[in-house]
This record gives sequence, structure tokens and C-alpha cells, in this order.
Amino acid sequence: MGKAASVVVIGGGIAGIQASLDLADRGVRVHLVEKTPSIGGKMALLDKTFPTMDCAICILAPKMIEVYRHPNIELLTLSEVTHVEGGAGDFRVTVAKKPRYVDESKCIGCGVCASKCPVRVPDEAQMGLSTRRAAHLPFPQAVPLIYSIDERNCLYLTKGICRVCERFCEAGAIDFEQKPEERVIDAASIIVATGLDTYDPSPLKEYGYRRFKNVVTALELERMITATGPTEGQLLRPSDGRHPESVAFIQCVGSRSLSEGYPYCSAVCCMHATKEAILVREHIPEARVTIMYTDMRAFGKGFREFVNRARDEYGVEYIRGKPAEIREEPRDSGLSFWYEDTVTGEMLQRRVDLLVLCTALTPSRDNKRLAEILGVELDEHDFFVQPDHMLSPLGTTREGIFVCGYSQGPKDIPDTIAEASGATAMSAEVIRRAMRG
Amino acid sequence: MKGNSTGGEASNPRVGVFLCHCGTNIAGVVDVPEVAEFTRMIPGVVYVGENIHTCSSEGLKNIKEAIREHRLERVIVAACTPRTHEPIFREAVEEAGLNKYLFQMVNVREHDSWVHKDKAAATEKAKYLVQMAVSKAAHLEPEEEKEIDILPSTLVVGAGVSGMTASLSLAEQGFDVVLVEKEAETGGTLRDLHTLFPGVREASEIIKSLGDKIRGSDRVRLLTSARVKRVDGFLGNFDVEIEGEGGDLSMKVGTIIVATGAEPLTPAGYYMYGETPAVITQLELEKRLKSASVTPPPRVVMIQCVGAMEERGRVYCSRICCDVAVKNALKLIDLNPATEVYMVYRDLMTYGIEGEVTYQEALRRGVRFVNFQQDKPPQVTPTSGGATVSVYEPLLGSETVIEAGLVVLSTPLIQREEGRALARLLRVPIASDGFFLEAHPKMRPVDFSSDGIFLCGTAHGPKNVSESVSQALAAAARAAIPMSRGRVRTEAVKATLDEEMCVGCGACASACPFDAIEWGATGLPVVNEASCKGCGVCAVECPMGAMQLRYFKDDQLLPAVDGLLSPTRWLDPGKEAEPVIICFACRWCSYAAADFAGVMRLNYPVNVRIILVPCSGRVDFRHVFEAFQRGADGVVVAGCLKEQCHYVDGNIIAERRVDAAKKALNTLKVGGDRLEMFFCSAGMPREFADFMTEFTERIRRMGVLNRRDVPALRVNGGTQK
Repeated sequence: MGKAASVVVIGGGIAGIQASLDLADRGVRVHLVEKTPSIGGKMALLDKTFPTMDCAICILAPKMIEVYRHPNIELLTLSEVTHVEGGAGDFRVTVAKKPRYVDESKCIGCGVCASKCPVRVPDEAQMGLSTRRAAHLPFPQAVPLIYSIDERNCLYLTKGICRVCERFCEAGAIDFEQKPEERVIDAASIIVATGLDTYDPSPLKEYGYRRFKNVVTALELERMITATGPTEGQLLRPSDGRHPESVAFIQCVGSRSLSEGYPYCSAVCCMHATKEAILVREHIPEARVTIMYTDMRAFGKGFREFVNRARDEYGVEYIRGKPAEIREEPRDSGLSFWYEDTVTGEMLQRRVDLLVLCTALTPSRDNKRLAEILGVELDEHDFFVQPDHMLSPLGTTREGIFVCGYSQGPKDIPDTIAEASGATAMSAEVIRRAMRG
Repeated sequence: MKGNSTGGEASNPRVGVFLCHCGTNIAGVVDVPEVAEFTRMIPGVVYVGENIHTCSSEGLKNIKEAIREHRLERVIVAACTPRTHEPIFREAVEEAGLNKYLFQMVNVREHDSWVHKDKAAATEKAKYLVQMAVSKAAHLEPEEEKEIDILPSTLVVGAGVSGMTASLSLAEQGFDVVLVEKEAETGGTLRDLHTLFPGVREASEIIKSLGDKIRGSDRVRLLTSARVKRVDGFLGNFDVEIEGEGGDLSMKVGTIIVATGAEPLTPAGYYMYGETPAVITQLELEKRLKSASVTPPPRVVMIQCVGAMEERGRVYCSRICCDVAVKNALKLIDLNPATEVYMVYRDLMTYGIEGEVTYQEALRRGVRFVNFQQDKPPQVTPTSGGATVSVYEPLLGSETVIEAGLVVLSTPLIQREEGRALARLLRVPIASDGFFLEAHPKMRPVDFSSDGIFLCGTAHGPKNVSESVSQALAAAARAAIPMSRGRVRTEAVKATLDEEMCVGCGACASACPFDAIEWGATGLPVVNEASCKGCGVCAVECPMGAMQLRYFKDDQLLPAVDGLLSPTRWLDPGKEAEPVIICFACRWCSYAAADFAGVMRLNYPVNVRIILVPCSGRVDFRHVFEAFQRGADGVVVAGCLKEQCHYVDGNIIAERRVDAAKKALNTLKVGGDRLEMFFCSAGMPREFADFMTEFTERIRRMGVLNRRDVPALRVNGGTQK
């Protein structure tokens, strides 16, 4: 139908997926640009979602598949936007596609290439807790369900040796001759949905992250507890591989902070800690689970009821107090700390088997580069600026470019989905104006 | 186009069953391989497959390949609730060349693995559920879906920020809008507000700008001092009646958006409100700030969570009150820098970016934050100078007494009375927190389950202006999807007449709540498929069994009941037999409540087996009787709450039939207490689980039915095919 009825969506997480489907369902042509080999984003890495305790991939996978099969959606994975020209109604978007080194029309997703690949690197989908091969699928429900070869670690692509995968691939799908491609897409509008990254709390020495074996981040815990995680859903202490008998969550690590970290509140950590606490209790019914919080931000629909359930039915302990310093016990790598219980006023000491840090959630680290290419402004934390946050919360500083999801500001999945749909309304308005000339 | 296979011989179609593990969600409780082994032996089943995630690309590919390879003529997926994934599987089945009405889903997750802890019993129950589907599958027929035209117009109810935003966006997208507002002016709650968090923009400026655009739009027809009186019809063709100043107006629209907002609770009985002028609400403070009639006294105390975050009653947090209180605290300090403001709070909900920034500014400017716990709320005592507020501060280990000139109570937003009335008119649900209940709390925040109706703003739940605007845009986008397409395929689950059997009595036409049955030229009733909503009430009223509901015909439901129950007991003969309870659950409320009970992992006895019907009004005495004959010891007919039946009054009709059936069962040795009618809304999973537990107990006390006591019942001769 031409550029007037085309939209480029940047980011293939739940925000990008929802925006793409809403546009495609109304007849608009969508080009969904995702930099990794699969869509799904962070939501695909979660075990369950609060407050419904829906299995994350169960509610996400059908939408991912719909994107893949939708006649109006062109899915461009391993792709990034590198240049933008034009204006609202008439953008020319250059998209660079990295080679997958696997022929998408031939790969049957059998996995032989991965099983034969000799290279092992940390698996980013498992938060680095286990390894993957250079020839890999990002996760079992990846869309497209097509393997890719990581060019930074592949022995052939870096050193000119190996090619074992090619020998064993029965479909003849390995193609080391693939080259990067570039395309220019005509689009009426652009929707940014680049999602979130997590703050690495290593600089906060007092919490012992990466120094003490049994200190993990919330997303790492999520992977440890998921059935498709590095330990197949068995929650095991990194130090000795045993079930933890006590687990403590520390909220606001690197958040609400005027010194190290970020001053803002990431909005969802109180809830995902509650969710994970319930999961720990379900997995290990004898475990003592504690959430050390500052304010329990259960402000959304069904959130307070969820926290009450965690407390009353699952026996999760909520302590209003933030530990100052964590120490590791040499004997068994347990973590101990002093804290002030600000409800009772007492100074108490606690020792736990496993410590979970609920860290700040940040906008995508690639936003700076993308913002420059798009010609839009970011705030000091790399969120996309909305010139009229109140009445045009999905607009950016450039007309025709819209933002939704975490890249707009900290929020949960339902709000992300609402914003993604909302951004499609904004795009539809641009399209209509462009078509009327 | 998609598959339209006639589906093979009705007598012995080839059935394929796909069992889902759902990761460990099902497989962790139900022994899926054991169920697979059992399923292979059911007559008619020619293929059984297992998948870790049937909804994944691989799972769907597996289904399509199996259909082709094994020439399957009926497909069953035993997995999660059909309310989420049925469309995906139906599409996959169609792509493989099979009519989508030859597909069935069975819920072994929300209704089995998620609500029962006894793995062996849950596995046995899963076998019965699968068998139910196989038994029904043999009798399924391919059905044609009709296309309906969608009118490119929307009725938006409520002209506050949300309603106006949605209307303007729809107009910009090229659709016509009728915007109905009960007040004489637009603006909603914002008309009373001073500034909006974080305190820069004035509410009046916002609603003036929106109001001007609304009045200037030639696509938006604004009706003030007007209310919606009646809504009939369906997606694409809603018949709406509006009563206004000039009289009543009738119109047809394609979609409807609910944007009726919410109102702050008036805290009668809390903290001396109403007993002294010194205690006011945050809304009253806003009004005074707006009219510049506030002189901030030396000390002001704001109390948060008044009538919210309770253990029982209003359990929810109203999201915006902390932000509003902080904003107003800063405003008071702006007016009088010498004022000391105390914010007495439980959890400070200044979330996100702006929330924290404003909170930090408040700290800098001397606002004092005093935490209190739920079990030790502050005490307010009126004095001559205002009121004293005493709060127990754990950090000090003692009571802090603040002598205040003004005490401001932050109360939650609650549903409006008009909102509840609209819910009844539209037949959409309200959750236990009082707000409208969306189709799915995670994945479909602005859709109602009913096609073509959407919601946004504080009618959905407390939120601030920019969040309301985002949701309003979302609702506009979602409504625009069917309207952009212009035509949509409707479900084929509609009433259908077997003309040979019809005797022209007219019982169906008088029973239809939607007047969808008309008289044709031949003197026989004709079903208007566009108006028919598929409740099945007519099918039960028909004395001849001539009127049937596709996909839920008697000769499909009766075998399903049989499959769900037979053989009666597979337990060790030595053990005392456990009673079996069948629950006919309506897809709108009770089935959803059962789903949410699963989502919440509530427990109820494994003795309960649920069978889906479109409306409780579809349940006939012969279905109930079949259940008792085949092995049920108790039967529940579950429908929506009395005023909330999706099909107007199907549940009331069901209740009448259940009462009559109980009398009949009493005269037989079965006993009327073995049958019960249960009303619940989708937002009542706990009540659902509790009722099932109590009912099972009742049946257990009555004992297992001796099958010989259940006489063979022949109803109307020729109805059983």
C-alpha cells in the first residue's frame, strides 16, 4: 500500500509485539526491528508474572507466534535501525541486518548444530548462569525458531577453523557466506519499544555482588527458578548446589538513591520480589523467605491483594528495613547482616543461605545510540523525553516518532501493553493525515 | 482460504489428542504420560501427542503435521484455559485444512493441575476431562462463520480526560464518535482539581484544551446531561438508546468505550471526618486551593490510606494519593513557607521517575514523613485550634502528638453508582475491588471480554492523568481495529433449527432474550444469526429438541457428560468411594472464576469436574439427569451474578429450571439437595472455590448415589439421536 500505511517498530519485546499486532490487525504494514535473534524481550525470560502468576512464556508465546505468522508483519531479527531521514508521514528508515549464518528457509530447528558446536560462552538468556554454544537458539520458544551463529565467538568466523555445524546439518542450512544487509524502509511513523536493562550492582560493594557466591540479582533468581533455566527449575545455592533454607530479598538496590545508582523508583521491583518470594516458597516449602523493603509499592490493580496473599497464605516475611552491609560467612558462604526493623525499632541480625538483590531497572543501554539516529531527546537516565508527558505521554521530541513501554518510563506489563496499543493510535493518526495529503 | 473440510464420517471420525505439559505447570502435578497412555485406548483416538508448550511454534507445527500425517478429523488440545489460547489453536487447525469447529480445548491446568495437590487424583481427573472432549468430538460438525459489517462509529461514555482523549483520537483516525456525559459540562473529576501532579499544570487548563478540541471536532457528537439508557446488539452493530435533555435518542454504533471514571471516597466515620471542620479530604483541599481560599495554618497533617489498604473491604491501594498529597504539601508550603506539613503514611507510593523526584523535593523543603503501621493507626482528636493527631512512631518507640490546624485525609477512588448501572446495561463484569474487570488483567488491560466494548481511565482503576491518557489511546486503538477492517467474522455458535422436528409452538421466540428469533414466511421460526448471541436458552425451551445451539447441541453435550463420568469409579474397591460432582459452568463468569481460582492456586476438591456451557441457561433437566445417571453424585449449575448475566437473564431462567429439577429429584430417591444453582462473577474465584468445597462436603455427607436409585428417564421420545 505504500509508505503511507507502513510503520517501523523498534524493539521486539512485549511492547513492540503488541504494537505490531494492533497495527497489523487493522491493515497497516509493520516492520518489526529486533536486534537479537528472537523476539520476546525480557518478558520471555520470566517464570511467572504478577499478580496473576500467569506463566510468562505461556501468555507471551501465542503473541510471538502471531507476529511471525501475520501477513502484515515483516519480522527483521538481528537488525538495527542505523539511519532515519524525513518526517512524520514520510520517514526513510535504514535497517541493517546482521547475518544469521543460517538459512532461514532451510533450518528446521533440530539443534544438531548447537550440540556439535565446540564453543561455550555465557548464556545471556540465563543471565550468564550457564553456557550456550556459538550456534544457538536464544531460548526454547524463540521466534523465529531458527538457530543463529554468534559471529563474535564462532571459531570459523573469528579464526577460520572448525565448521563442524555445517558438516552435521542435515538441512544444509548453515551458510557462512551470508553478508550483512541494508534496506531502506518507507514508513509513516516509528514506534520505539526498546524496553529495559538491569543495573549491575557490583559498584555497591556493601552488597557483595560478584564477590560473595550466594548473592544474586532478581533476574538471576528468576532464571534459577524457571523450568527452562540453568538448573531446570531447581533452586540451588551457587556455592554448594543445595536448596537454600532461607532467602532474603533486598529492595531498592541502586534505586531511589542520590549517590550510586539511580534516583528514580523502578516501579515493579516490590511486586516482582513478592512474586519470586512466592515462587521460592512453592519450590521449597520449608524455606524462610523475607523481603527487606523500604516502601512496599503495591499500587496497581490487584497488587495489594497479591502482597497480602504472599504474607498470609505463603508466609512471606516482610521487614521494613534495609541492611547496610552484607558479610559472607566463610563456613558455608551464608550471608549475614544487621538491619533496623523500622516497625519495631529493633536492631537485629539475620543470616540467610541466599541473598537476592532487587536492582534498579534501566532503559536499554542502546538508547543513546538510537536516540541520536532518530533525532530525539533522552532524559538524564536515557528514557525517551515526552515534551507533553501529561497529555501526550507517548510522543517524543520528534513528530511521528512515538515511544511505549519501559523506554517511556518504569512500568509493568499491563501498562506496557496499554501504551503499545496507544502508540498505534498515534501512528494511525499520522497515517491518516499523510494519506489525506 | 482456510480449511473447510467436511470432517469425515460422523459415526467414527479420527480423533487426535494433544496433551500439554505447559513446562511444569501441568506436568508437575498431572502425570501426562499416564494420561497419554489412557487416551490412546479411548475408541476413536488415532493419535496422541505430548508437548512441553503446545502454544509454541513447535507445538503448533506438531499439530498441523499430525493432522496431515494421520488424517485427523477432530482435534483436541488438553492444556490451559480455552479463554486465552483457543483462537491460536483454531487457526492452526484451519491452516491444516480442518474446520475450526472440529477442534476442542480441555482445561487441565486452571481447572486441574493448578487447583489440586493430590497428583494421583489430579491425573485421574485429567483422564475424565480428556475423555469428555473425545466423547463430544465424535459429534462435532463443521460450521460456517458469517461475516458482519462493522459500523465505523463509537459510543464513548464519560467526557472526562479519558473519554475526551479516546474520542479525539478516534476522530483523528477517521471514525465518528458519540460522546455521552451525564453532567452539563465536560471534564469529569478534573473540574474540581487545582493542579495535577507534580504540580505545574492546572487541571482547568487541561480540560479546557480537551473540551475545546471536542467541541471543535466535526466527527465528535457531544451529548451532555445525557445518560445511556439501553444497549443491545453486538460488535459492529450496537443499538443504543440515550436519554437526554431534549428527549431520547436512538442510534447504532460499531464499538463502545467505557470512560466513566471514579470518585473519591467520602470518609464518613474515619478520623473524625464530619465531626469537625478541621478534618477535610484531599479533594476538598484541592477545591480550596483552586478557589484560593486556603490559609495554611502553622501545622497541617495529611493522613494517607484512609479507607484503603484495609484487610477487608477496600483492600486495594489507590495508587495516586501519595503523589497528590506530596504535591499538595508542597503547594501549602508555597503559600506559607512557615507551614509544617506532616505526611502520615503506611507505604509511600511515589513510584516511577516523577514520584521519586517530587518526594525528594518534599524532603528538601521540610515535609515530615511519619510512618504508621496498619495495626496502630493515628488518632485524631478535635481541639479548639483544629485537631491533634497522635501517631505511634516505632523509631522513637513512643507516640508523637501533633497539634494541627488542618487535617487532610487521602481517600481512595471508588466506583461510581453510574458505573455499576452501566455495567448492568452493558452486561460487563465488575471485579471485587469495585472497578470494571478487563478481559485479562495482564494481556488485555483495555478490552472487555465482550467483543467490541473497551474501557479506560479510572473506571478501570485508580491512575493519574498521563496513565489515563495512555489507556484512552489504547482503547481508541483497540476499538479502531475491527472498525478499520469494516467486516469481521462472527462465531458460528448460534441457534439452528431442524425444520423437520419443529411444531411451530413459538416457545423459542418468546424465550429469546435478544428477540433474535423471527417468524418466517413458512410459519416456522427463523434465527437472525447477527442478533443471536449463542446462549442456548431457546434450545432448552424447545419441547421437541428442534432448536439447537451449534457446538453445544444436546447430542454433543450429552455424550460429553457421559465421557466426563463413565465409568463411575476407577479407585481401589477397598477404598471408600469418593463422590463425583459435575459443574456446568457458563463461559462468561463461572468458568472464568474457576480459571482465576486456578491462577490464584486456590484449592478445592478434586471431586469437582467442570464442563463448559455458553450460559447456565443452556442447561436442561435432561443434561442434569444424564449426569446423575452416568455417575455424578452432585451437580452444580453455575452462572453469573443475578444482574450480570451476559445473555440478560439466562441465569434467572436456569435458576427456575434448577428449582423445578430439585423438586423432581426430591420425588425420586435422588434428592433435590444433590443439585444446586451457584451464582458468581468472574471476579469471585475464592467464592467459587469455597462453594465447591462446601458442596462436596454436603454430597459426601449425603453419600454416594446408588445408581439403581436413578431411574432411566426418557424425555420427549425422539430427542436423543
